[in-house]
Amino acid sequence: MSSRPRLEVRGLTKRFGGLVAVNGLDLDIAAGEILGLIGPNGSGKSTAMKLIMGIERPDAGAVRLAGTDVAGWAPHRIARAGIGIVFQHSRPLHRQTVLENIKLALLPDSLLRLAVAPGVDERARAIAERVGLGAVMHRHPSTLPFADLRRMELAKAIARDPKVVLVDEPFAGLTAAEVRDFSELIRSFRSDGRAVLLVDHNVKGVAALVDRVLAMYLGERIAEGSADAVMQNETVRRVYLGGKIVAVERPAAAAATTTPLLALDAVSVFYGKAQALENVSIEVREREFVSIVGLNGAGKTTLFNAVSGLVPHAGRISYAGRPLEGLAPAAIARQGVVQCPETRELFGDMSVRENLDLGGQRLPTAVRATQLDWLFDLFPILKSRQRQMARTLSGGEQQMLAIARALMMQPKLLILDEPTLGLAPVILEQLSKALDRLRQSTAITVLLGEQNVTFALPHADRVYLLEHARIIWEGDPARFAREMGTGYL
Amino acid sequence: MNRFLRSRLFWISLLVVAVAAVLPLWLSGYILGVLTAAYYFGVFAMSWDLLFGFAGEVNFGPTFLIGLGAYAAAILDNQWGLPIPVCVLAGAVAALVGGLLLAVPALRLRGPYFGLVTLVAVLLLQNAIVIFAGVTGGEIGMTVPDVLSIDPGVNYWYALAFLVVCAILLFGLSRSAIGLILQASGQDAIEAQALGFNVTKHKLAAFCVSAVFSGVAGAMLIFYMGTASVDTVVDIGIGVQVIIAAVFGGRRTILGAVLGAVFLIVASELLRPLGQLNTFVVAAVALAVILFFPDGVLGYALRRGERE
Repeated sequence: MSSRPRLEVRGLTKRFGGLVAVNGLDLDIAAGEILGLIGPNGSGKSTAMKLIMGIERPDAGAVRLAGTDVAGWAPHRIARAGIGIVFQHSRPLHRQTVLENIKLALLPDSLLRLAVAPGVDERARAIAERVGLGAVMHRHPSTLPFADLRRMELAKAIARDPKVVLVDEPFAGLTAAEVRDFSELIRSFRSDGRAVLLVDHNVKGVAALVDRVLAMYLGERIAEGSADAVMQNETVRRVYLGGKIVAVERPAAAAATTTPLLALDAVSVFYGKAQALENVSIEVREREFVSIVGLNGAGKTTLFNAVSGLVPHAGRISYAGRPLEGLAPAAIARQGVVQCPETRELFGDMSVRENLDLGGQRLPTAVRATQLDWLFDLFPILKSRQRQMARTLSGGEQQMLAIARALMMQPKLLILDEPTLGLAPVILEQLSKALDRLRQSTAITVLLGEQNVTFALPHADRVYLLEHARIIWEGDPARFAREMGTGYL
Repeated sequence: MNRFLRSRLFWISLLVVAVAAVLPLWLSGYILGVLTAAYYFGVFAMSWDLLFGFAGEVNFGPTFLIGLGAYAAAILDNQWGLPIPVCVLAGAVAALVGGLLLAVPALRLRGPYFGLVTLVAVLLLQNAIVIFAGVTGGEIGMTVPDVLSIDPGVNYWYALAFLVVCAILLFGLSRSAIGLILQASGQDAIEAQALGFNVTKHKLAAFCVSAVFSGVAGAMLIFYMGTASVDTVVDIGIGVQVIIAAVFGGRRTILGAVLGAVFLIVASELLRPLGQLNTFVVAAVALAVILFFPDGVLGYALRRGERE
């Protein structure tokens, strides 16, 4: 085995307009080694992976695959040279079976070979067996569970025996048992002698699997070494953990009145036969900050959608003393109930400013200008990004924009659905501070849905715990920490 | 399972072709004439489906390719009196060259822009034909001295044979390794590239194949009708009918396009007594199918088969 690394990246740089996404990145992966590339959202790790694969063209730098510089090549040439990639999202061929999808990856890039070469079938079957798809290889992808679709992507990526395998968020959306299976598979790539690059948000997810970790922040390498060493690294800790999030004092306790603004009485929601919400009764008082915590799938989004009139429900929902039943979603929003959805729903091809202006479309010009100034004060980063397309913002910035756009509508009741989804702790801290200022400085009522208890507790006046479609606990944050703290997860 | 489906499809097709082949024994010359036009239309629609259903590119100007083939053949025959096979071959070459000149720059564009370029190309061709009226006959059109046959039955058999050959070639291509790569390129170009396929090369090839089949079919249609005019082979309305036929029959099925073409042409003939209403009714039915069965008639049937 030569001492030269299988993949050598030197001085890799990519700019998007004024934003330097990747700045002079160096990394090495040896044959039979697993490197974890980690970094919070917007750190440039995904861009780095795309640059290696050729999906984005680097502005500068070298990507040497077993000594050959492939930087700037078209992706199909890089793939043929021996790099395989497992995308986080993919669209398989739905009219073909799993086996045919795998065969696709084995075909030559030729316009003249109409027939599938002999041996391809056998090889595709062997690969299907290897990744654990043996029993379902003749089924269509749409009938498979999510984990099997991910297996199929792994199968396609290793089909042509690549020297280097890139995996984007290997374990996203998988259960603990599936994570174990996938880890085993990725380890087997290492024993095959491939160089493996795992891209993920945090060290914890990949620590057990990797030989080495490289941490990125703002396009640059901030630490490299064993998983333990990187987790202990001072810079990494600062980037990820920020300052310690502590419970914020509650000056607003007096401000919260006892008049209920929103009241749900025995609300149930069904999706077909599945019950997504069962007899939920909650109350949000004027100027109160209420957090609904619960794991993914507990029913938080359904609850909010019922309030916003997006899904039909049984039971009664009243807002400011009047029933909301029978009102269209737009009419509910006009009454001051504004939902900031989990999926953000930004207009990607519009600038930050245009997104905000759309939110404030119904306001008189003068009011809109004041509101905008206030929001730029609340989220200074948005002011500097005004002209940037929303699509090109980092995840954290997009979330801030989504909240700001909702606030442009001057809501009386702001519903925030999982604002922390997919964001790194350092961004959470910024968001947390913004929410705190919001609560201190305005008369707004907030209903927050969160999985992340650490984020949801500090600001809340009251907390509801939603589990399997039902409210199972209600109380103040301090009591939550005492009574439910350990049992939550 | 798939093999069974394929063989069942094969036997059904064989039966349909056999029945179609003996139709001239019973049907009148008039009805045979309608079917003959429908078969050429079927080839237009199949070529279009190869590009849209497989390569994922929407060509809003199928009549650019059809018209190039038709007019190239008509001009050669009208001006120099070249034999029909030579003219048809020239039509294929003209469509291929014109298609390449259009596709090479257009395929670099993303999203709806490719479609817009193809749409503009039709208008350009239409204008060029009117401007160079001395050679092309302008808005009136031009007659071709040679025709395939004056017997409707023979014309019908020519069209049927041509349709069957084209169907076998295009269907075979769609089920080949290249068809698989094309589908992958159409659905997720980035992933197809990451799997090592030159997506541009494959899409360009699909466009060339679509151009050649469209051009040949356009030329054949001219020699069946005896005239070439903007209204019959270039007009955007004709292109829209080709697109409706392919989508109605079923995207990504190739053979469905033939069903769609035959339905559109035959239905509008049958409803001719309705007068102005006839095109409206046919369009409404096609719209309903597209709205409620976006996979088209054959696509819907195949999906049901998959679920079984």
